[in-house]
Amino acid sequence: MSGSVASLSAVEVAYPGRGVALGPFDLALAPGEIVALVGPSGCGKSTALRLLAGLEQPTSGTVTRTPGRGETSVVFQSPTLAPWLTAEANVALPLELAGVARNAARARAREALGRVGLGQATAARPAQLSGGMAMRAALARALVTAPRLLLLDEPFAALDEITRRTLADDLLALWVQTQPAIVFVTHNVEEAVYMASRVIVMSAGPGRSAGETAITAPVPRPAAFRTSGAFRDAAETVSAQLAAAMAPRAGAAT
Amino acid sequence: MTRLVSALAPWLFAASLVLAWQAACLGLHVPAYFLPTPSAVAAAFVQNLGPLALSAGRTLAMALEALLAAALFAGVLALMVSLSRTLDRAIRPLAVALQVTPVVAIAPLVVIWAGVDHPDRSIVALAAVVAFFPIFSGAARGLSAPDPDLERLFRLYGANPLQTLLRLRLPSALPFIVEGAKVASGLAIIGAVVAEFVAGSGGAQGLAWRILEAGNRLETAKMFAAILALALMAAGVHLAFQTLERRALTWWRGR
Repeated sequence: MSGSVASLSAVEVAYPGRGVALGPFDLALAPGEIVALVGPSGCGKSTALRLLAGLEQPTSGTVTRTPGRGETSVVFQSPTLAPWLTAEANVALPLELAGVARNAARARAREALGRVGLGQATAARPAQLSGGMAMRAALARALVTAPRLLLLDEPFAALDEITRRTLADDLLALWVQTQPAIVFVTHNVEEAVYMASRVIVMSAGPGRSAGETAITAPVPRPAAFRTSGAFRDAAETVSAQLAAAMAPRAGAAT
Repeated sequence: MTRLVSALAPWLFAASLVLAWQAACLGLHVPAYFLPTPSAVAAAFVQNLGPLALSAGRTLAMALEALLAAALFAGVLALMVSLSRTLDRAIRPLAVALQVTPVVAIAPLVVIWAGVDHPDRSIVALAAVVAFFPIFSGAARGLSAPDPDLERLFRLYGANPLQTLLRLRLPSALPFIVEGAKVASGLAIIGAVVAEFVAGSGGAQGLAWRILEAGNRLETAKMFAAILALALMAAGVHLAFQTLERRALTWWRGR
């Protein structure tokens, strides 16, 4: 599709021996758009993300990606930091692998760590960081290359509620600076509604789109958004879609 | 109180065994060639301290040489195996075959190749064969098993194979390699002693030769003294490698 940062059209992914995991599935991502993929386990959310990242090829269908090398970043559920490197070296890694001189890469890494509030922890090793801090470092690593496409696979799932709310706000504040297109996968309806401009609910077996909800509130979200009627309505719509998406599966299991 | 007892437990146990041994030897009039008293063993140990230390040094040097050779060889092979599935399939069965074949069985062959006049060469080669496998399998496992998500990130960043090797695979493999080296260090000493038994001692004059020589003369106390020296040396090496491993892991984990 023209104008989109990346798109999936009629993609299907089948794994040998496990059948079709995803599809047919369509998704066109506009520049600067924030899309949440919500769905039960095994609905192919992460597979869709890997297709968008170019880390996996579809069995059939077309994946179109406009970001060049180094313009896509991925954040996984675990921070996935190299334990033997300092926070600064971890964040500098994508730049150094792309051939940026060491000193310049380290300076940009320190700057990125500062933006996520880890300016004091540049010399710390991942083991010395809390879960939330390690996830911030992973975010800094994802943002240090100023990506056009940012993909997050259940990034805050392992964190406590307070930390994940803070990180959601921080991520939206960071998004304002460079406005990358974001796709993030989550199990959490409220998190999806709070962060996304578009929430796509997926059903499992195989993964397909089971509904879409646009969220029109400005980004970053106003302080009252979480308690507003618009938020509640959107969350209810998405929850209903999710319940409907899971119903046939539950019926098939019994 | 209980902490004190548990700290002293190994010493108390060893001391009570030695006392029981001494008492049994004296009480039952066991002949010295069959089982010398602990005090006789201690006396033999002190009297032969010089030659024992010399022989322990020889055995240790040969074991460490073997460990170094094994590490180099195992490292290169593990690297090859980690880079290509075909090479893995080709090399691994032979590596396993080498591992399961008793070193004693191939010793006579190695003695022929190294030359009967160079027992030290045979000993180093045989000890290296024994030490090879733990390093190889540890390094191969470590090199081919980095965190899959980190591997994805490296692919996403467009890392070339050399970058992936130096910045991801090698550092990921470090704990496995160090663990393999620790196991191999113990095996290298066993290998060096067994090889010296088989490869004709005398020329090499390691601890195995001390044991055989004392045995041939029925100087059983000296035999025990040589075994004691061997145990002390092996324990020292184990302790050194354990410390090395702990240091390396602390550095690697960052805490």
